[in-house]
Amino acid sequence: MAGLNKSDFANPLINWIDTRLPIFTMMQKEYGVFPTPKNFNYFWNFGALAMVNLAIMIITGIFLAMDYQPNAELAFGSIQHIMRDVNYGWLIRYVHQNGASMFFIVTYIHIFRGMYYGSYKYPRELLWIVGVVILLLMMATAFMGYVLPWGQMSYWGATVITNLFSAFPAVGPKIVTLLWGGFSVDNPTLNRFFSLHYLLPFVLVGVVFLHVAALHVTGSNNPLGIDVKSPQDTLPFHPYYTIKDSVGVCVFLIVFSALVFFAPNYLGDANNFIPANPLQTPADIVPEWYFLPYYAILRSVPNKLLGVCMMFGSILMLFVLPWLDTSPVRSARFRPIYRQIIWVWVVAVIILGVCGAHKPEGIWVILSRVCTVYYYLHFLVILPVLGKLERPLPLPESISRPVLGGRGGGPRPGSARAKPMEKA
Amino acid sequence: MADSSAAATHHGPDPTKRDFLQLVAAAGAVIGAGAIAWPLIDSMNPSKDVLALSTVDVELTPIVEGQGITILWQGKPIFVRHRTAAEIKEAEDVKLADLIEPQADQARVKSGHDQWIVLIGICTHLGCVPLGNKPSDPRGDWGGWFCPCHGSQYDTSGRVRHGPAPLNLWVPPYAFETDTKIKVG
Repeated sequence: MAGLNKSDFANPLINWIDTRLPIFTMMQKEYGVFPTPKNFNYFWNFGALAMVNLAIMIITGIFLAMDYQPNAELAFGSIQHIMRDVNYGWLIRYVHQNGASMFFIVTYIHIFRGMYYGSYKYPRELLWIVGVVILLLMMATAFMGYVLPWGQMSYWGATVITNLFSAFPAVGPKIVTLLWGGFSVDNPTLNRFFSLHYLLPFVLVGVVFLHVAALHVTGSNNPLGIDVKSPQDTLPFHPYYTIKDSVGVCVFLIVFSALVFFAPNYLGDANNFIPANPLQTPADIVPEWYFLPYYAILRSVPNKLLGVCMMFGSILMLFVLPWLDTSPVRSARFRPIYRQIIWVWVVAVIILGVCGAHKPEGIWVILSRVCTVYYYLHFLVILPVLGKLERPLPLPESISRPVLGGRGGGPRPGSARAKPMEKA
Repeated sequence: MADSSAAATHHGPDPTKRDFLQLVAAAGAVIGAGAIAWPLIDSMNPSKDVLALSTVDVELTPIVEGQGITILWQGKPIFVRHRTAAEIKEAEDVKLADLIEPQADQARVKSGHDQWIVLIGICTHLGCVPLGNKPSDPRGDWGGWFCPCHGSQYDTSGRVRHGPAPLNLWVPPYAFETDTKIKVG
């Protein structure tokens, strides 16, 4: 019988399904016995955490959409309706609202993990590129979601961000009118943002699937950044990493719950409790915290078009990061200079975030300019040059050797015999 | 006894430590999933503002004998009909054995207010609104209401007399505030 899957499952119903549609075989291959480097640290939890977070956002979002009104007259009131009248509406909304922040925390750490351990290098370049696409989709989704409550910050955030496109010569104003569906941010804008905010998460699910599919072709990177050389270097994904991920999910949910139940509006902006008013811009207009560094880059450049290009460029540069970093060594652990300057870059990004939260005056202008220049220098000059100049530390022979040899505690059974097998 | 081989094959008659751990873990997971699912499911129940719309007052004075009016309560039509003496007598004289859902007329009105019949105007078959409140409407062979969707017929007490509807029209909870005013809900 050509084409039928030969299923190994004992349960007759699962076997019957699996023979015709081998989803159980696939899950077993990709998440059961999938060989995974055995030396993951907790940084390797964040991909799974991001997936959990995406699921939380989609589920809470679906229930919020049942009570939300995407209409400029009704939107603000319908949020109050959700918060006051709908059973557990406050909980679902606070989870969704803070879930956006959690999503960015988790994703930024996930990206940092990739940069620190060189996960974007050969052969995982495309995996990384798909990840940058995910980041861009997330940002678009988060921005449009923030507009939906139709408070003052929603309205003026939408106005400012859409106006970014007016910087482009000739076609700019036409693009902005097209985005708005009118001559200012108004009901048509809100309607289309709601439509897209509902659509994009499902697009994200599709792109995440590609991200994971690509990961399962190349296999995971690991803290040593060296290739898996033998089965000795790996563990089956289940139960080792399903359990490790579960521990991470518990910690993640504790932090998430603390935010939702004890400080649900800590990361929000008081101005968004005021209904949108097209006649008055709030005195202090800032984006959500996760956009602050880009916002600081935008404001640090005195030229409108250049500022917009620098802001978009700061993310688009990530697409070519696999080729900007010329070092053949992946993990920062074996790159004595890189493992320091990556932290300088992190500090620069954090300072940019702080600058973005302050009015562009005095010291903040200077700081944001210095950090913007450094941000670009890091990617465009330091990384390409450092790869040529830096002298990496000697790499371990295999993943097993430092794991088994580096720790005290006496001889382990089988470790002596394991050595010849590594070359097998 | 509970050595490693007994724990690995946990089909034995004695509950092993591993069985206990698995049951506790599974029960914890089910309770956790339920606790997460409940707020989401409950959010689909009527919200506070919907529940607040659950009573409505009706002034009876303008309704002349033989006439009925339809009002809205919880999004549903409510029939309030002022019955003639002949209609009341017809409703009271029916033998209960002839009815599809036997129920005395007195059980469907407030005593002392026999002329007022208050019904939820939704056919018990598949939810259409029966005709018959206006004297010009078709009222069916029993002088009450006639459902245009599938031909169910109700008498002057709102009891089903001809299928496919299986039950009498429901009487909503209501009370007479005064002799000329009722509160539905």
